[in-house]
Amino acid sequence: MSVNKQKYKKYVEKSAKKSPIVKNCVKAFLVGGLICAIGQALMQLYMYLDISEEVSKALVSVSLIFITALLTGFGIFDNIAKHAGAGTLVPITGFANSVVSPALDNKSEGWIMGLGAKIFIIAGPVILYGTTASVIYGVIYYLCKVLL
Amino acid sequence: MGIFLDYVYAFAVGGAFCVVAQILIDKTKLTPARILVAFVVSGVVLGGMGIYKYIADFAGAGASVPLTGFGYALSEGVKKAIDEKGAIGILTGGLSATAAGIATSMVLALLTALIFKSKNK
Amino acid sequence: MIIKLKSAPTITTSSCVGGKEERRGPLGDKLDFYDESDKFDCDTWEKSESEMQRRAFNHLLSKRKLQISDIDVLIAGDLINQCTSSSYGLLSFDIPYIGIFGACSTAALGLGLCGILCDGGYTKNAAIVTSSHFCSAERQFRFPLEYGSQRPPTAQHTATAAGAFLIEKEGKGAHIDEVMFGITVDAGISDANNMGAAMAPAAVDTLLKYFRESGTGLEDYDLIVTGDLGYEGHRIVTEMMHTLGYDMSGVYNDCGLMLYDRQKQDMHAGASGCGCSAFAMAASVLPDIVSGKYKNVLFLGSGALLSQASVLQGENIPGVVHLVKLSHREG
Repeated sequence: MSVNKQKYKKYVEKSAKKSPIVKNCVKAFLVGGLICAIGQALMQLYMYLDISEEVSKALVSVSLIFITALLTGFGIFDNIAKHAGAGTLVPITGFANSVVSPALDNKSEGWIMGLGAKIFIIAGPVILYGTTASVIYGVIYYLCKVLL
Repeated sequence: MGIFLDYVYAFAVGGAFCVVAQILIDKTKLTPARILVAFVVSGVVLGGMGIYKYIADFAGAGASVPLTGFGYALSEGVKKAIDEKGAIGILTGGLSATAAGIATSMVLALLTALIFKSKNK
Repeated sequence: MIIKLKSAPTITTSSCVGGKEERRGPLGDKLDFYDESDKFDCDTWEKSESEMQRRAFNHLLSKRKLQISDIDVLIAGDLINQCTSSSYGLLSFDIPYIGIFGACSTAALGLGLCGILCDGGYTKNAAIVTSSHFCSAERQFRFPLEYGSQRPPTAQHTATAAGAFLIEKEGKGAHIDEVMFGITVDAGISDANNMGAAMAPAAVDTLLKYFRESGTGLEDYDLIVTGDLGYEGHRIVTEMMHTLGYDMSGVYNDCGLMLYDRQKQDMHAGASGCGCSAFAMAASVLPDIVSGKYKNVLFLGSGALLSQASVLQGENIPGVVHLVKLSHREG
């Protein structure tokens, strides 16, 4: 059968059921905001305990990753993320979940080629392109510093 | 009052980053992984241009917890390492500054996998 | 081309196995077996899916009171790479085995092939088993199970279900009168979250060709059932047929809409997977043909022929739709 592909694609995109974007954005805002507020509270707690700002920052990340790992292990995280969308994806919780979940899943293919090889299947690109961008920035910064 | 406002700013700015990503997810066909990459790279670029510093000073955890903050940490780490150690800092700065987050994720992922299994949905 | 099966072989027996969500759905009490954990006593999801096939086929044999040696040929298919769910699941039965792949159209494709084998007199009977498991499919095609993500409303949910059917040259049950294998249609859709839209043009294509060649129309059938286009594909087929002058309302259903309660279960655009149409046919459509509620039924199995690599490479998703005409006969 000959289908006019462009026309059909337009029709499908126009008539397809849309994601409830306003509702999704409100939920993402509330959950994402809450996670950041929790981060802020942890930051103040660690600073209050006389830990340096640099270490406190790292501890906030560590704490949020720990909570995410636990929620992922218990099978709760994805149920929150289903509603929160970008609200759990964008904070460091999303990064942590993207490392923990393939670890859980690919255990069945072994510790080395399963879990070990697949652990960065989603987070790998984030580290790769983030690091590369930082190296490019470093080169520019270094050249500016030396030449100017 | 000052402390309370810190929370409001963290909530509002952190939430706003999430809303931007949510609009990208719903309006484009971009997969979550692509959006995360875009956020991290944006963080590096904004950090390098000296813009993200102002967001970080203003919003605290609202700027450091989202993945753009991860990118900002990469760029700050590189800058600091170059200032302290010279050219080698180009290569060592980024991952050193973010090592805590990456190492924790890896080790906890392994530990979680030792204890738990994926559940049916 | 319509293949007419002169002796009209019979689907004498069917069985179905399902998971937690399928049990909660409207057809849940028709399952021969179900497991709330979706594990079926296995330690990997791939094995769980195989076990569903094994149980479905085993139950088929005991329902019909047949021995393994009584079955001439066993055809099976699933979604997992190289059809391993089928080959491992049915390994313990010493029956000549054929693995087939037609994505979600596998049940219809298999029923057609079994019917042809029996009608041609090559075998006295033939069995078809198909399965899909949400967890194994999710692992292969999308993300890890515990990965937190939002699915768009056009995405379909892979059913955790398996179905088995026994086709015999003679016997009581739903008769297979005609088979028509479809052509693959590339409708230009590359979004794996809207497979209903990718397959709908193929369904319209096969249905129109069948109408033209057989000289029949909508009024000649009590039910036209596709499996499984989901809500998106069902709507598109209805609209496309409407513009061609066919009013599908009242006669058209889709297996993807039959498995879950859309109000209570969060299943987006409905069910999909090789087990979906097999379950819906075994639990609902075939019993209704046997009881005489439906006299003439067109079953159009629809498959989206994609792989992980083809999706990542941005290829369009071709659809294929195979038609099986089923009928009720008195006596």
